[in-house]
Amino acid sequence: MSATTTRPASPAPAVALKRTATGEHPAIKWLLIGVSVVFMVLFLIIPLVAVFFEALKKGVDVYFAALAEPDALAAIKLTLLVAGIAVPVNLVFGVAASWAIAKFDFRGKSLLITLIDLPFSVSPIVAGLIYVLLFGAQGWFGPWLQANDVKVIFAVPGIVLATIFVTFPFVARELIPLMETQGNEEEEAALVLGATGWQTFWKVTLPNIKWGLLYGVILCNARAMGEFGAVSVVSGHIRGQTNTMPLHVEILYNEYQFAAAFAVASLLALLALVTLGLKSFIEWKTRHEHAVLPLEAPRQT
Amino acid sequence: MSIEVRNISKRFGSFVALDNVSLEFPTGELVALLGPSGCGKTTLLRIIAGLETADSGEVHFHGEDASDRDVRERKVGFVFQHYALFRHMTVFENIAFGLRVKPRRERPSKEAIRDKVMSLLKLVQLDWLADRYPSQLSGGQRQRIALARALAVEPKVLLLDEPFGALDAKVRKELRRWLRRLHDEIHVTSIFVTHDQEEALEVADRVVLMNHGRIEQLGTPEEVYESPASPFVFGFLGHVNLFHGRVHDGVMNVGDVALDAPDQADAKNAPAVGYARPHEFDVDRYSPGQPGIRVKLLRALAVGPVARLELERDDNAEMIEVEMPTALYRELKFAEGETLLVKPKRMQVFLKPDGVGASSTVSYGEAI
Repeated sequence: MSATTTRPASPAPAVALKRTATGEHPAIKWLLIGVSVVFMVLFLIIPLVAVFFEALKKGVDVYFAALAEPDALAAIKLTLLVAGIAVPVNLVFGVAASWAIAKFDFRGKSLLITLIDLPFSVSPIVAGLIYVLLFGAQGWFGPWLQANDVKVIFAVPGIVLATIFVTFPFVARELIPLMETQGNEEEEAALVLGATGWQTFWKVTLPNIKWGLLYGVILCNARAMGEFGAVSVVSGHIRGQTNTMPLHVEILYNEYQFAAAFAVASLLALLALVTLGLKSFIEWKTRHEHAVLPLEAPRQT
Repeated sequence: MSIEVRNISKRFGSFVALDNVSLEFPTGELVALLGPSGCGKTTLLRIIAGLETADSGEVHFHGEDASDRDVRERKVGFVFQHYALFRHMTVFENIAFGLRVKPRRERPSKEAIRDKVMSLLKLVQLDWLADRYPSQLSGGQRQRIALARALAVEPKVLLLDEPFGALDAKVRKELRRWLRRLHDEIHVTSIFVTHDQEEALEVADRVVLMNHGRIEQLGTPEEVYESPASPFVFGFLGHVNLFHGRVHDGVMNVGDVALDAPDQADAKNAPAVGYARPHEFDVDRYSPGQPGIRVKLLRALAVGPVARLELERDDNAEMIEVEMPTALYRELKFAEGETLLVKPKRMQVFLKPDGVGASSTVSYGEAI
């Protein structure tokens, strides 16, 4: 150690400046963090815990009995059916719409983008009412539907329609920015190499958007299963026939069957947790895949 | 395979990208389409590839009209500026793509694909990267893979759109020499688009200079550099000094100095602009009575083999840039601030177009 006779006069390490330009005083930092945490606990975590607590308060037997009850089973089945139709339909629509918007220029493109957002900006009740106005007994197509013995309102088709309407932005909103940033050079490269349009879609486009697509599908599914307002208007609340899970929860609650209501609600809460888990996984996965970023950022000439 | 384009025009809205362009690309040559941004060079390349359709005109491949042929049927190799490698596929899969998407009866066997891909990887000297993903490669490596991918389908024509545009200067230099050697090896008719004049002059057999959707000049690198056909070409290829004046019977008057202008022997007292490159000047100390333009030496940069002199004209304070061997500069011992005499050894004179004094192409030259 004594071999070094002259120690380089290294400057005393400057006291590390914790405060960056945008950094605030530690007190403010902790205050903000505290406020957020308290808010989250009060409005998110306590209710979530309460759902499971109330559901299981009277024991596991009551919990499972409530789920195995025929009306509850019918509600679960209907919810799965509705999601099973609405999600694939929106998947196809979302891919088609975002493809059209991201890869082509056409008249009315901005109108289409605005329209895709419509279900987000309009109240779900209005969405439900639209379908009643169109397909209800007094609606535009009502007489024709009645004459041909087709039931839309107060039946499964109406619920499916309302759900599709409410959930159709999810996939498209997820894909449009993704496809716009990716551009269509890879598709052009595939075409020049002799691939057909179909091959190009399956081998080039789809693999590039798969995580964004999955993300959109998961959000779409969560909303399709949890939708209350629009479905409530068109359903008619017929037990065992046109009640989805959220509607069933409401009925049970109004009948003071709290344990049963919370038991069904806990399923929806569980769905939310699974969705969040998948969402984080996908976010982690996409970050991971894009972690090795291009060495040269593409420059535009 | 030879390529010919006839009377191609293309507009994007009100912007004219190509204005009645006709060109021939002989078999086996490496031709550069050179011009500033927006001159239509990339559009022309994309029309040849079939990625864009012309508003009018024809594209002929080997004498056959291919204008209505689909991109897939044209069997061209295309290399994109930003590589456009399939990011979710390995290098191997990227190169194999063109073979894998062939219809079943034309598709080579698994082993044949493997051999082909490996031989292409050897050709671009990157066989050790077969299992990597594009994001794990450097820019230069990516572009070589993109080239290998384009060659996998054995195209009759290779089209390269600013292939080195996204690379840094050093890699760009290496890669263009490599491209030249590769072309000498495989001899496929190639067209590459660039806005870098040095690149075009160094790599290409022939250079096509484009501006505002038209062809300005076509020739070997020597031809276009030594005898530019227009003020635009002069200004675009390297540095140039401009002299405004009048030309009469082959003599150009710049200020009160008379200079030879053999290009314009028939001109009668017409306004003209003379173009002279920085290395084509005689420079001497000022002595009264000697012919030449009087200038003041503002600054001299004598680093490296070539000394650059910044001179200011006494009569109108315009700048002249002159280059001479550093050894000669040292010998002459000019001092900054000294008054000198310069005379262009060679000057090309173009008449000013009627009407406005200097056209836009001339002012482009000044900007360089």
